[in-house]
Amino acid sequence: MDRSDLIAQIPGLRRYARVLTGNAWAADDLVQDTLERACAKWRLWTVGSDLRAWLFTLMHNLFASDVRRALRRQPHGGTVDVDEVAHLLGAPDDATALGLDLQRCLMRLPEEQRVVLLLVCLEDMAYADVARITGTPIGTVMSRLSRARSRLQQLLDAPAVVPAEHAADRTPTLRRLK
Amino acid sequence: MNTPPPSPLTDTELHALVDGQLSATERAAAEARLAQDPTARDTLARWMQQRDRLRSLHADVLAEPIPSSLLAAAQQTVGAQQRWQQWSRLGGMAAGVVLAFGAGWLANTAWQTQGAGRLAAQATPASEFVRQARFAYTVYSPEVRHPVEVAAAERDHLVQWLSKRLGKPLKVPNLAPQGYGLVGGRLLPGESGARAQFMFQNARGTRVTLYLGAMDGHAAAPASQETAFRFASDGGVPSFYWVDQGFGYALSGPLDRATLMQLADTVYRQLL
Repeated sequence: MDRSDLIAQIPGLRRYARVLTGNAWAADDLVQDTLERACAKWRLWTVGSDLRAWLFTLMHNLFASDVRRALRRQPHGGTVDVDEVAHLLGAPDDATALGLDLQRCLMRLPEEQRVVLLLVCLEDMAYADVARITGTPIGTVMSRLSRARSRLQQLLDAPAVVPAEHAADRTPTLRRLK
Repeated sequence: MNTPPPSPLTDTELHALVDGQLSATERAAAEARLAQDPTARDTLARWMQQRDRLRSLHADVLAEPIPSSLLAAAQQTVGAQQRWQQWSRLGGMAAGVVLAFGAGWLANTAWQTQGAGRLAAQATPASEFVRQARFAYTVYSPEVRHPVEVAAAERDHLVQWLSKRLGKPLKVPNLAPQGYGLVGGRLLPGESGARAQFMFQNARGTRVTLYLGAMDGHAAAPASQETAFRFASDGGVPSFYWVDQGFGYALSGPLDRATLMQLADTVYRQLL
């Protein structure tokens, strides 16, 4: 593996993680974890095979186990991690209200649907590759993609769920933690 | 004359059309059927628009400079693979024996004063420290635009800042008599705290770095926190490193052993 090959993958991984998690810090943590996992597991990567698909597989597994952990941690929804509600607050670096709205709607999709939608749309992955990366049959990939597209369209067409003034007065308290 | 109306497009066909995952023939056929199918056309238009919007989301991240922590992590992965390739060239068994012998020998000489049972655990911090120093050299010394975070012009600020982050008053050695001027410095993450890297450069553009920081895992034994100069050069930039009062120092640069040793000696004396 050439250093430049690996480094060339980082911007794409960061951007995907950014859209997937809706949070700049969480995204870079996820990329960092992915690279560390790659360091521990690089023997499992065969020279000449698709480095990008392999890295996305590592990232997907880390993300999926993080999500499972987060779900276990709050079975009654009692506490909320600031990173997990960040999408409700609007990160200050988001350029446009349109992007903010799209990111917010995206975060309301179930994570397995979001993963499929983003691998296909952002990363131009073939459906068969998405099936391999997520470890699901291709039929499941297609039905998740369908549900993700329909649900996202519904959310985008519907009026914003979090009223702007409500989000505004929560923002200062929570921003300080970032 | 009448042809039967084409079957409506399935969801799967629509997705493949939006995502460009159809062959040219399939695509032509799907588009022909689409002409007869206003509902599918409507869905297609909305999914296309959705896809375009998603692709523009955080597209700016793609052009951002890569954070140094991620570069360092990538470097470690490549380094791990390259080291293994070097060893595997020597042959499986031989490599194992050499590795075990080398590690044992290093542990033995490095920590002679320690109890034998602690050798294995104690071999790690110093070799780990110099490994990180050499990674940091490899990552940052080739940088043209951002070799350092704070340039030498702000020397006072640099020293103050790094001293504060490392929790110890630092001094920058003066290597001008040896032909090396300070380029600047940066803060780096270590295993259990901050590390600093100062970069120097001579008139020919050769760069050397001084990497320093508290040693990991030494809090328990303050009296034995010193080592002699050691040299590391296997398959990477040569480094001299030493530990003084629980603080590790590594001077790295593409110089021959004698020259680097002289520089390291100068640094050591100035920092006493």
